[in-house]
Amino acid sequence: MASKDQVIEIIHKVAAAIEREAQFLTDLDNAIGDGDHGINLSRGFKKVEEELPVVADKDIGAILKKVGMTLVSTVGGASGPLYGTAFMKAGDAVKDHVSISADDFIAVLEAAIGGVQLRGKAEKGEKTMLDAMLPALDAMKAAGTADAKAMLDAGVKAAKEGVEYTKTIIATKGRASYLGERSIGHQDPGATSFTVMLETIAEAI
Amino acid sequence: MVGIVIVSHSKTLAEGVVEFCRVMAAEAPLVAAGGMEDGSFGTSFERIKAAVESVNQGEGVLVLMDVGSAVMTTEMVLEDIGDDTVQMVDCPLVEGAIAAAVAAEGGLDFAAVKEEALSAWDARKL
Repeated sequence: MASKDQVIEIIHKVAAAIEREAQFLTDLDNAIGDGDHGINLSRGFKKVEEELPVVADKDIGAILKKVGMTLVSTVGGASGPLYGTAFMKAGDAVKDHVSISADDFIAVLEAAIGGVQLRGKAEKGEKTMLDAMLPALDAMKAAGTADAKAMLDAGVKAAKEGVEYTKTIIATKGRASYLGERSIGHQDPGATSFTVMLETIAEAI
Repeated sequence: MVGIVIVSHSKTLAEGVVEFCRVMAAEAPLVAAGGMEDGSFGTSFERIKAAVESVNQGEGVLVLMDVGSAVMTTEMVLEDIGDDTVQMVDCPLVEGAIAAAVAAEGGLDFAAVKEEALSAWDARKL
């Protein structure tokens, strides 16, 4: 599906996408959270871009781990430990790899989601990033790994539906939970940022 | 003495809690880890880790946090340190900090200081 160089290129593209969507993500977070999601993630990925050349000669696992550690150190909000743990666990799933297959990508996403669940202790239906992540993983598994592009497109479609679903439910996790029923009608910023990342990956493959 | 770290998204909130505790326990090894490196709002892995190390006198360190990423970032710091005597305590931040600081200054051991912090759950105001 992707060589190491392509993975590095995709991380740069993800950073650019987060930068492009930073204001939108922050606006979403302003409505139901503490209004830092886009700003924080953008700061984190800027640092990631600075750090990427340092690990360019390492394997994909080490590169993803570095992305995670950088996000933990620089983001500052909940998305730091959540995406940080996700990327670090993703790195463990492709340790020593210099390329990744569609099957590897499923393993990467599964590990990343496991990391988010471990760190955030959230479940499906709590209006979090998991509401985009879990349906995306299910859809990609269902699509099968024979055609990586089709698999990713199925994942993006499901993630977008997951984002729409977050508009219909009450937040019971994170800062948005303080709003209770008033959180209905707003889409979750974390589910949205995950979808931006997955869509960027899908477009690059 | 048992060390205490106050983690908050807000630099001034963390420092304020420490200031409040100092009135009661001037000598307790107590430190604030609030905000990011540049003073902006958020929680910083490096600041929390440095704070824990600065108050660790070998008798354990308790970390009290506000919400969300303060808890998750602290959790990652503790996983990184990997020491059973450095723990988070789940209690009301201000009341728990005061109780823990007084107990630490009084020379109570790690388990007792933690118990004092947890006793803040029972300190009803009304």
